[in-house]
Amino acid sequence: MTKEIKIEARAVQVFYGSTHAIKDVDVDIEDKTVTAFIGPSGCGKSTFLRCLNRMNDTIDVARVEGSIKLDSEDIYDPKVDPVQLRAKVGMVFQKPNPFPKSIYDNVAYGPRIHGLSRNKAELDQIVEKALRGAALWDEVKDRLDTPGTGLSGGQQQRLCIARAVATEPEVLLMDEPCSALDPIATGQVEDLIDELKANYSVVIVTHSMQQAARVSQRTAFFHLGNLVEFGDTGQIFTNPKDPRTESYITGRIG
Amino acid sequence: MTDATAGASTAQPRTRTSTSLLTPDSRTRRRNAAERRFKIYGLIAVSIGLLFLVLLLSTIIFNGLRGFQQTFVTVNVELLEEKLDKNGNRDPADLRKVSTFGYAPLIDAALESKLETLGLENPFAKASDLRKMLSAGAPAQVRDFVLENPDRIGETVTFRMLASSRVDGYLKGRVTRESIERDKNLDAAHLDLVDVMRESGTVRKSFNWDFILGADASESRPESAGIGVAMIGSFYMMLVVLGLSLPIGVAASIYLEEFAPKNRITDFIEVNISNLAAVPSIVFGILGLAVFIQFAHLPQSAPLVGGLVLTLMTLPTIIIATRASLKAVSPSIREAALGVGASRMQAVFHHVLPLAAPGILTGTIIGLAQALGETAPLLLIGMVGFIASNYPESIVDGFMSPNSAMPAQIFEWAKRADPAYYERAWGGIIILLCFLVVMNAIAIILRRRFERRW
Repeated sequence: MTKEIKIEARAVQVFYGSTHAIKDVDVDIEDKTVTAFIGPSGCGKSTFLRCLNRMNDTIDVARVEGSIKLDSEDIYDPKVDPVQLRAKVGMVFQKPNPFPKSIYDNVAYGPRIHGLSRNKAELDQIVEKALRGAALWDEVKDRLDTPGTGLSGGQQQRLCIARAVATEPEVLLMDEPCSALDPIATGQVEDLIDELKANYSVVIVTHSMQQAARVSQRTAFFHLGNLVEFGDTGQIFTNPKDPRTESYITGRIG
Repeated sequence: MTDATAGASTAQPRTRTSTSLLTPDSRTRRRNAAERRFKIYGLIAVSIGLLFLVLLLSTIIFNGLRGFQQTFVTVNVELLEEKLDKNGNRDPADLRKVSTFGYAPLIDAALESKLETLGLENPFAKASDLRKMLSAGAPAQVRDFVLENPDRIGETVTFRMLASSRVDGYLKGRVTRESIERDKNLDAAHLDLVDVMRESGTVRKSFNWDFILGADASESRPESAGIGVAMIGSFYMMLVVLGLSLPIGVAASIYLEEFAPKNRITDFIEVNISNLAAVPSIVFGILGLAVFIQFAHLPQSAPLVGGLVLTLMTLPTIIIATRASLKAVSPSIREAALGVGASRMQAVFHHVLPLAAPGILTGTIIGLAQALGETAPLLLIGMVGFIASNYPESIVDGFMSPNSAMPAQIFEWAKRADPAYYERAWGGIIILLCFLVVMNAIAIILRRRFERRW
């Protein structure tokens, strides 16, 4: 393990009202690595992902305990503004959700509200770089002022990724980014994730074990709110230590 | 045991017999018949609705259109200098000393000479009886003209004067020779004269702009009553309602929907807002009377107070519509905005609100249209009073001067005894409906315009 730890989660508990959704989870997420969270539906992997940029704050009944540190700073410290945190920890959602604005405005929105550009030319550069980074530039460069909602599903999801990387985050969270996409679009997004790990720490929640095996270096298996096993992807899929992990990856539970 | 087997055999499903697809079986026939019957019920329901709509509109138009027509009499009045300006120096103060009574003989003389040119004689003992054909406002009309144009004294000027409401009713078929027998205001002899004058074109019906633009008149002069001043009152009230209820309503909805914690207090507020929308409007009227007039000492009958009362009434409608359209915005848009690091307020104002705007606008205009047609609360704050025809000077100056509103004016006319006011009430309803149609059209256009952008 030569890579430095980007996010360090210790004894994380999440409650939705009276439901104990996440039980005592410890995870270390490394920089410039793709970490996959796998597990059956309702096991808490998305919930845990949403703790990492405090998206759970928007749900009134959700309560988070334990400590999550980003670059050894506690993100649940009362002094932390979640808005600043989310600029550092970007997120891509399950369903492509571009703003009903032009492609350009979609990508430029984050840089605009964070004041990342001084003038139009700089903003143009940021937009182009983000769209290139999301492997979408060649497809949309001639129609940047057309609505983002007019793109195909795969293009929309890559637009959302471009929107997320435009604010230059350090961590990129992806909540089942390919579940609404066809196999070709999934392949494009997976290739993209592979490229993104050169610059970002990527955390991806996925239902597809093949996808986890294809794109990730580290894999965490969640079951009923517990982190069952966490290790190198190769080891999890070929030589799981826990019998529950083995049952899941061989298709007996889930 | 045998019983058990027998029971088991009857419980078995019947075997499906193979039938031709070309002849429907009885079950299919019954189902199709039920469907046909349902379609017929639906058609009947829609036709009944349409029938009543057509009936309503045709009644309104049939009764109301007459209100836009008025009978006028063309008279050449000689403005005698010895009657109007004895000193002959055209001093405005001297001219004002001659009251409308001083003008009446001039009009009597003018009418008599008119009859002479038509080869008729005055059948009445008194010359002034002839004047009953004209509106009681006729001398005032001549006086106003003279005060404005003192240099025309001495000339003979042609005036287009309003006929009295009885003569107007005779031309419109409302007044007949039978109905006039017991009427002190007009005799059959007048109608004989009117018949001849009508032949010669001296008496004729034409479009009456004063009905749309003018002020209300006293009970004895229905022919000169108009809805224009009440229209201005309604306009001022709508300005107040729009200016207050839109920002307050939208701000309250955004707070409740996007920021407020979900607890008992907000639940309580929510329930109360929904209930407020169902509170009878007269309750708001008495509230306005108590709070705005008796407590805050705002002027009575003023469009400002009317607007405030209607704002209270419109707020629940706007809040409910705004909250519904905020709720309808997909939560994924909020998540997307928060995910790139927008604050809650930025998420709402940059993304949610523009998407909710068409719904908010529609709700607002529906609320305004409701407020425009509201009468009951206005009765309680005194916005039904007869407004003197000092239009436009003292009316236009504002929100604080007494005024009426269109529906209150219609109510006022409908309750007056003179049948001539009946057609005014219907005519007023046509104008009110036109306003509502225009407002709804604006709502549709705005909604289309905003929706096209997304």
